[in-house]
Amino acid sequence: MNHYLSIILFTPLAGALILLLVDKKNENAIRWIANIVAFVGFAISVPLWFRYNLSNADFQFVERAHWIPSVGAWYFLGVDGFSTLLILLTTMMGSIAVLSSWTAITERVKEYYIFLLVLQTGMLGAFMSLDFLLFFLFWEVMLVPMYFLIGIWGSDNRLYSAIKFFLYTLVGSVVMLLGILALYFAYHADPANGGVYTFDITRFHQYAFASNLQWWVFLAFFLGFAIKVPMFPFHTWLPDAHTDAPTAGSVILAAVLLKMGTYGFLRFSLPILPDASRAFVPMVALLSIIGIVYGALVALAQKDWKRLVAYSSVSHMGLVMLGMFALNPVGITGSIVQQLNHGISTGALFLIVGIVYERRHTREISEYGGLSKVMPVYAAIFLIMTLSSIGLPALNGFIGEFLILQGVFVYSYVWAAFAASGVVLGAAYMLYLYQRTMFGKIENPKNEGLLDLNHREFATFAPLLILAVWMGLYPAPFLSRLETSVQHVVARVSPQYAAKNAADCATTPAAVAASTNPAAKFLEALPCGPDGKPLPSTGSGRGPGGSSGTGADIPAPAGSGPPPARPGDAR
Amino acid sequence: MLLLIPLLPFVGFLLNASFGRRISKAAAGAIACGSMLASFGVSTIAVWRLVGLPPESRALAQTVLRWITSGDFDVSFTLRVDPLSALMILVVTGIGSLIHIYSTAYMHEERDSEYARYFSYLNLFAAFMLVLVLGSNFLVMFVGWEGVGLCSYLLIGFWYQKESAADAGKKAFIVNRIGDFGFILGMLLAFVRFGTLDFQEIARSVAALRPETTFGTLSALTLLLFVGATGKSAQIPLHVWLPDAMEGPTPVSALIHAATMVTAGVYMIGRNAVLFGHAPHTLTIVAIIGTATALMAGTIGLVQNDIKRVLAYSTVSQLGYMFLAMGVGAYTAGIFHLFTHAFFKALLFLGSGAVIHALAGEQDLRRMGGLKRELPITYWTFFTGALAIAGVPLLAGFFSKDEILYRTFAGGHLWLWTVGLLTSLLTATYMFRVVFLAFHGERAGEHPAPSTEHPAPSTQRHLHDAPPAMALALIVLAAGSVLAGYVGVPRAVGGSNRIEQFLAPSFGEVRLKPDATNDARAALLQPGQERQEEAASATEGLERGLMGVSSAIALGGIGIAWFFFLKKKRAADEMAVRFAGVHRVLANKYYVDEMYEAAVVQPIRIASDEGLWNGVDVRVIDGAVNGVGGLVGGSSSALRRIQTGSVRLYAVSVMLGVVVILGYYVWR
Repeated sequence: MNHYLSIILFTPLAGALILLLVDKKNENAIRWIANIVAFVGFAISVPLWFRYNLSNADFQFVERAHWIPSVGAWYFLGVDGFSTLLILLTTMMGSIAVLSSWTAITERVKEYYIFLLVLQTGMLGAFMSLDFLLFFLFWEVMLVPMYFLIGIWGSDNRLYSAIKFFLYTLVGSVVMLLGILALYFAYHADPANGGVYTFDITRFHQYAFASNLQWWVFLAFFLGFAIKVPMFPFHTWLPDAHTDAPTAGSVILAAVLLKMGTYGFLRFSLPILPDASRAFVPMVALLSIIGIVYGALVALAQKDWKRLVAYSSVSHMGLVMLGMFALNPVGITGSIVQQLNHGISTGALFLIVGIVYERRHTREISEYGGLSKVMPVYAAIFLIMTLSSIGLPALNGFIGEFLILQGVFVYSYVWAAFAASGVVLGAAYMLYLYQRTMFGKIENPKNEGLLDLNHREFATFAPLLILAVWMGLYPAPFLSRLETSVQHVVARVSPQYAAKNAADCATTPAAVAASTNPAAKFLEALPCGPDGKPLPSTGSGRGPGGSSGTGADIPAPAGSGPPPARPGDAR
Repeated sequence: MLLLIPLLPFVGFLLNASFGRRISKAAAGAIACGSMLASFGVSTIAVWRLVGLPPESRALAQTVLRWITSGDFDVSFTLRVDPLSALMILVVTGIGSLIHIYSTAYMHEERDSEYARYFSYLNLFAAFMLVLVLGSNFLVMFVGWEGVGLCSYLLIGFWYQKESAADAGKKAFIVNRIGDFGFILGMLLAFVRFGTLDFQEIARSVAALRPETTFGTLSALTLLLFVGATGKSAQIPLHVWLPDAMEGPTPVSALIHAATMVTAGVYMIGRNAVLFGHAPHTLTIVAIIGTATALMAGTIGLVQNDIKRVLAYSTVSQLGYMFLAMGVGAYTAGIFHLFTHAFFKALLFLGSGAVIHALAGEQDLRRMGGLKRELPITYWTFFTGALAIAGVPLLAGFFSKDEILYRTFAGGHLWLWTVGLLTSLLTATYMFRVVFLAFHGERAGEHPAPSTEHPAPSTQRHLHDAPPAMALALIVLAAGSVLAGYVGVPRAVGGSNRIEQFLAPSFGEVRLKPDATNDARAALLQPGQERQEEAASATEGLERGLMGVSSAIALGGIGIAWFFFLKKKRAADEMAVRFAGVHRVLANKYYVDEMYEAAVVQPIRIASDEGLWNGVDVRVIDGAVNGVGGLVGGSSSALRRIQTGSVRLYAVSVMLGVVVILGYYVWR
């Protein structure tokens, strides 16, 4: 199957083309087709999980064909563990979003589903592209259907929100395009590259761009990606877009579109611009921390259910960014896991708002109250997703949160302390929301007759519930898929880690440049496995912590024994 | 096998949560109680096997799965039972089973679905509590730690239609989260410092270090963990949630907010005894906080009129005792008190529940009285519990509390000992105030009860004593309150203090490994115990003397209560009038809630609403964004004016342009 990725990529688009041929009055047929296509799209992407080779560090399922030969642009697809998981998240959330729209959308049904499916292809393409121009194409393709989804099927203030979303993102992407072109010409200008014009990301990943160019390009990319994440202070499009988008739009926006920003940082900024990334750590960390605390505090003040969830996204994505810019394996892994978690729990929370919005047509929190009594199943699901969102152990949110905090703590315990304050504030705004909507007596007579979830609605939640518990209890399959991707990024941006590993395991003398990255001073020798590869440490003699007050060194624990092989090694 | 211990109640939870609405009350109750009893059975077998091992290698472990593996971060989901956790699982499953049985009668007036929901939460709580005590590393413990917090939240807010209940649940959860903030940072620091989160490995690493004389990493680490403990165990300054938690059903208060969950902080310190032992600065803080909390809660308990609130403050106060013990390095004494307290405090709560049940929801002590005749079982069991907590000789509380006070005194902490003794007096007084007000004297007026817990239209003609399921739990716990102390009779009065010998390995007080050197052993010994061993015989007289003092104090406290609340009731009111200021401060719990509201809650609320959202977000950022938009729009509408469509005008402007450009070049 050489064209596996292309098949996944174009299935939704093919579905959209089929829908074009259907009479728009035949709404139920349109719904069925859209649901089937979306589900098939998910089903055919599932083998990606199983066929992905854990021990192969390169991009997999690579496809390559000429696209615009004159400028050196290729149709170049490929995935690693990170994009594999994001693709699966996209196809799954896509089919959930389509399923959730069955009764919510009653006008211009045909256009709606066409836009939703085109959007799906755009997102998948962005995650698969290994050619920068191709990536940019898909990046822009996403924008248009989302604009219409908000502008046509949104609620009261939809035009303002749609235009705001569109302009914000467009400004970011124009600047990003300049950055891409700068890289493109700089790569060509270096005679060592033989005068090639290319947008090939894998080549950029191996090339060291000049530091001052990196600096400027990082800023250009930063604007594009930070708007998408969104990071403080570029976040104000998000509450409006979320609030006014139809439920499915909010779900996709939260679960997948925001990941475009973090994906961009991790795929492009960090490995292509490692020097600049290191230089900008303090700025990014500061903005992330502000985002964490600020988003949470503003969420606390919200009176609109959807807007509250939107601001919680600002807070959560701040944590994601902070973990990533700890620039160490644990932090980056946590950051990716948290991206998936955010997709699952926030996606679910928007679905949850959507359920009652469809019944009552209001998002005002004060309109609700006491729903536990009439909608017990709904209340239970909402509770589980709330707990997932606030990072309760044994659910998914905790794993990402803890790994991020661990990674950040190694870098700076002050940052970690700020980041951990999100733990308290997150519980505050979510439980406050839960209390106001679910607890108390039903005081609004309109809520007395609300129906609990039907089977279709329950089906939209079922996969998310399963994932929330699975990732909380047994995250190992997810973590093992991320290992090589994370190593790849870390090798570029924090070369000390890789150099250290090589120094310990091979006989090459260590060439550790510990001066640039403060994280370096926490590095310790990693034990080697029988195959000469570095093994995950069992923690023997990890270095002194952020504040080592005692002079005494810790001897290695006596009984730590040989570390068990990591899951990836078995295959 | 260890996995079965938490798994059985968890299965009970799943069954009741999934099918609870379709099965009868009897079935739901049977599932819940059955799973708890089965778990108790498995626990007993596990402890039996543990005791069969030689003392220095008493530990059984089971790795369920490798949980989180990422880079150099590797934590497995492992359960481990050692003497300390053995004691805890017996308490949790044993007392837990009794409270489950009690609940089948107590909650009988609920609808079927609510009844099943109640038991599903209770089972889930037990499962998480067992994970907490069985976890072999910080992260697994944290799963239980947060899980019990969740169940506490759900059960406090069980009657969620009542606003105060929902508020109290939320408050409990958020205050606990503040503690967790410290706990998480403590865990992170522990991992960075030791490269592992496993309790045994950390203890092994720490054992080789000298105790920290300055405030360093170990002190910071333990202090952060202690912040977590103050949240969970309701110590100053995070004690505010526990009294409000009394909004939950009374059996919940007995199980979660007296016998088990709130002791988790004490357990956590005991679990990390070696670590805390190497951070004397933290231990000092622990002891001071514990003592201050004990005194503060004891004084508040003296003037509360809600029977459950008195018991809640009593719990806070007794937890303070346990922290005092931990702080002076008397880990065994602290855990021993935890053990005996679980019996008599559960008994007292269940007894108060029987009273509330009989009075159709009445909780105000001022409207009780004379219940002795009508509720004999409740009275006699409650009385036993009160004697036990007051520290009357030969009952459970006497031995454990005395051990703490003795160790405090022997450790040279004279001030802490004095305050502890004063608190002991308060304990006896406020407990017997409850006894005398509720059960003796005459009932004051037959007001219709403003029922909170049981909105049953019960006529108040005749009161029923506890039904069989409740009576069973009361009697068993009363027996426990008498007998539980005998596992730790001190040597000074001819006992053998078996609990100390049993628990010692968990606190690193015996050699961890046969080949460990004597130096290591000396380093492991706590100063208090060392001194005690040296002068064991000389101090026996002292210990007996102190026992006499505290016995006298206990009886004195009961005497005071008898005088003020039975003999001469007017005297109490006169005192209240005479010291009106003091009384008001105590009745309002030192205004701590009000201070937090004014200093933390309101500022955050205002800052986030007015300042950040409507200020920064809407005005500054969106103002700028919309301003740019407006600028673009404005300038384009200005530019639009030029687009007149008049070809002549265009031609003129082209001409003008050419002239200007040409002129520029020529002139240059």
